[in-house]
Amino acid sequence: MSSSVKKKGFGATVWDYLTTVDHKKIAVMYLLGGTLFFVIAGLEAVLMRIQLMYPENDFVSAGTFNQLLTMHGTTMLFLAAMPLLFAFMNMIVPLQIGARDVAFPFLNSLGFWLFFLGGLFLHLSFFMGGAPDAGWTSYASLSLYSPGHGVDFYVLGLQVSGAGTLISGINFLVTIINMRAPGMTFMRMPLFTWTTFVTSALILFGFPPLTAGLILLLFDRMFSAKFFDVMYGGNTIIWEHLFWIFGHPEVYILVLPAFGLFSEIIPTFSRKRLFGYSSMVFATILIGFLGFMVWAHHMFTVGLGPTANAIFAVATMAIAVPTGMKVFNWLLTVWGGSIKVTTPMLYALGFIPSFVAGGVTGIMQATAPLDYQLHDSYFIVAHFHYVIVGGIVLGLLGSTHFYWPLFFNRMLNETLGKITFWIFFIGFHMTFFLQHFLGLMGMPRRVFTYMPDQGWDLFNFISTIGAFLMSAGVILLVLNVIITAIKGEPAGNDPWGDTRTLEWAIPQPIPFYNFRQTPLVRGLDPYWIEKQEGNKEGMVYAEPLGDIHMPNNSIVPFVMSLGLFIASFGALYSPLGVADDSRTWAIPVLVIGLVITFGSMIYRSLKDDHGYYVTVAEIEALEEELYGKKGGNK
Amino acid sequence: MMKGLKKWGLFSLLAAMMVFLSGCGEEFISALKPAGEVAREQYNLLMLAITIMTIVVVVVTVIYLIAFFKFRRSKVGEDVIPKQVEGSHKLEIIWTVIPIILLLILAVPTVMTTYKLGDVAAMDEVDEDGNPVALTVDVTAKLYWWEFSYPKYDIVTAQELVVPTGEKVYFNLKAADVKHSFWVPAIGGKMDTNVDNLNKFYLVFDKESEDLKDGVFYGKCAELCGPSHALMDFKVKSVSPENFDKWVAAMQATEGQTADPESTDLGEATFAQSCIGCHAVSAVGAPVSLQQNPGPNLTTFGDRNRTAGFMDHTEEALQQWIKDPEKYKPGNLMTGKYQVTDEEIEALASYIMGLSVEEK
Repeated sequence: MSSSVKKKGFGATVWDYLTTVDHKKIAVMYLLGGTLFFVIAGLEAVLMRIQLMYPENDFVSAGTFNQLLTMHGTTMLFLAAMPLLFAFMNMIVPLQIGARDVAFPFLNSLGFWLFFLGGLFLHLSFFMGGAPDAGWTSYASLSLYSPGHGVDFYVLGLQVSGAGTLISGINFLVTIINMRAPGMTFMRMPLFTWTTFVTSALILFGFPPLTAGLILLLFDRMFSAKFFDVMYGGNTIIWEHLFWIFGHPEVYILVLPAFGLFSEIIPTFSRKRLFGYSSMVFATILIGFLGFMVWAHHMFTVGLGPTANAIFAVATMAIAVPTGMKVFNWLLTVWGGSIKVTTPMLYALGFIPSFVAGGVTGIMQATAPLDYQLHDSYFIVAHFHYVIVGGIVLGLLGSTHFYWPLFFNRMLNETLGKITFWIFFIGFHMTFFLQHFLGLMGMPRRVFTYMPDQGWDLFNFISTIGAFLMSAGVILLVLNVIITAIKGEPAGNDPWGDTRTLEWAIPQPIPFYNFRQTPLVRGLDPYWIEKQEGNKEGMVYAEPLGDIHMPNNSIVPFVMSLGLFIASFGALYSPLGVADDSRTWAIPVLVIGLVITFGSMIYRSLKDDHGYYVTVAEIEALEEELYGKKGGNK
Repeated sequence: MMKGLKKWGLFSLLAAMMVFLSGCGEEFISALKPAGEVAREQYNLLMLAITIMTIVVVVVTVIYLIAFFKFRRSKVGEDVIPKQVEGSHKLEIIWTVIPIILLLILAVPTVMTTYKLGDVAAMDEVDEDGNPVALTVDVTAKLYWWEFSYPKYDIVTAQELVVPTGEKVYFNLKAADVKHSFWVPAIGGKMDTNVDNLNKFYLVFDKESEDLKDGVFYGKCAELCGPSHALMDFKVKSVSPENFDKWVAAMQATEGQTADPESTDLGEATFAQSCIGCHAVSAVGAPVSLQQNPGPNLTTFGDRNRTAGFMDHTEEALQQWIKDPEKYKPGNLMTGKYQVTDEEIEALASYIMGLSVEEK
């Protein structure tokens, strides 16, 4: 971080982050924002588990419980997992492909602020009459029936933050296609860049159906349109389709980057190149493609008929094949390697069996007639937590340890990290393993309570204890971060010793322009190649040292997002809305907000911003300040 | 020899699994203790799927553990640079083909069972007189309670489904307000009750529910439908065909039954004044008569197993329920629709408890 270099006042730092278009700073903001929402959603989960600890418990009321379950799901998926993955994508992808920034730095900043203000808006619902309570799926008949403004917050908050996600997705697509350093061909891209690429394509095709569905729901809720009102010829099943055409790819949007992260961690700590690189790439693309063909497996009990169910059942099973390829490739990467069990590797090693367990229960649910029993029971709760926690969250926690030195030039404490892993990992299995059986024993999901003597009491109790362990793990991780921030020593580049890809070749702390000269990539795992050939510099360059073109900072993305944030309050209290407490100021506020947003767009369109050049003299001065004499403390 | 061993291995795995799983759950609610043809088919699929999946997990775990213990850095040496293997086409083909075969083994019965369980053609079969042959129950899900009507016999009841054993019972499923889902875990998988359309499926009840702990199978709403989703339970009483015919006759005999506002019984008089607008006490009449009687039909209340679907079936519980329904089932549509005194509530409870068609 540059804080040690240039001491800045608090106000200046805040202004710097509000206006920054630097992918590394945006990554840090995504990390902070995502962690904030992760902790909130985790707390919601613990509250729910406390309520379900005993039968007929009255820790929270039925209405509150529904708000908690809705916000837990919505927040974890949209506001915690996505931004945390975006944090890693932002930090790592440009460095991995040898770029100075993403293709559209301005849009990168816009994407972050839309996400954050959308998420903030959604969470204000807790203080403004109650959070959404129709589940993260928000099925139309219930979401239209739901009184109060909760569902309105859901619709508006997701619309705003969803726009941010879509923008970021497009940005990464363009970045990966256009910004690769010379020699970084598609088939030399690190797996994390590949998975980011496929994920971005999924975002591009997956989010528009959600946006369309939300717009329809928004018109129904705010202007009493009748898209989903059966009495007036509307149809609620259309919402289910739109939601799941988005919702299923969403699962892959989240899990593919996690696969990518593990595909970086496993080869590093096995000291061996990724086994079957090309089949890994192929499997990633295939999973992304098939991900769009299977959404109706969430709707087996809706009554689509046996033909639709049979087709979607078989299509869903097909996804197991490329996923299996990935698992075996990871195993064979480890096989014959030299395994060093660091904290990130521990997470990777914990991930493989956990994710396989989540995968096979997924296949069980693809078995349509069997799914009639499993659907909407605790079995599905267990299944998707095995995939999401066992896959995505373990990926995120492992990568936090792995990439912390890249973000902050500090190493997280390894011993504490391993303790954290074990507590979290045991807690995770304790919480969710028995839930499979609860489901098979007839317990429906999303219940705020249950009667005693149905055979569910003990398993629910154990599950709650597991949830406490998981929270203890997260608290330990936060402690680790705090300790590291206070006591940590500079880590330098390549602190793990065996890293392979370009992002580790850059000297620490990373200068704001990343690479002083664009590197030349000579093969897969370029940094490994250079190290093996004894190149102390870690890189060969594709260009002589010259002036660097960089984008200007801008407050416009923040203002643009703020306009939509303000407009959302206007839309929320629309006089035509379903909820009956409209406000006279609603329409003016809506208009003011939209004027701010569109005004900023016009300003941005009319004012040319060509960026600026960092001269060679400035580069050399900065590097001397950062690393002492040239070639020094690397 | 190897083949035989494998077969036995599979078989014993399956047997072990069955013993383990069938130890799980209560007979009246567990999908692991199937009590009907549909649930049994699903249970068999579960066993097949679990067996295949266990094989996968075991194979992965074994490779994983061997790799892990064999290739620790402490074993292979600190400075060894392993051979940088690119991949193996042979292995790639193996772990593509074997999963495909395993999936095919699962996919074939999946598709067959999907069609089998989706076959409701018999619902439309009629005899010479044009009467339907099969028994069909129209299920209407409403906010936190269930209505069951039998169009063949022109009778309607609520909260407790009564069905004959040993035959396919067909269901027309529909929701009246928001989406719910109809699920009797021990008898078969669920199907959603949509607001848009009628869903159809069938269930088979193998044995009489009399010997179960509460004398009934438990049914659940499986789709989030609002605050009291967790409390939207119903019960299923399966009886022998003879007893079912008796029950139908008793139900039909309640035709025209009503509460008399002039009655000397305070409970009946209060019911006639405050309750009958929503709750019918005759099982014969138009089902789903939303305007006339939007609440659950109470003709058989005395025969039921629960108050309000989940509370104890006692006069005390019933009194508490009538007094403050919101406290017990938040978001229900009964709260605030009537005003009765404590004395009237006591009388009401004993009157409603007395509504019965079964011989005691």
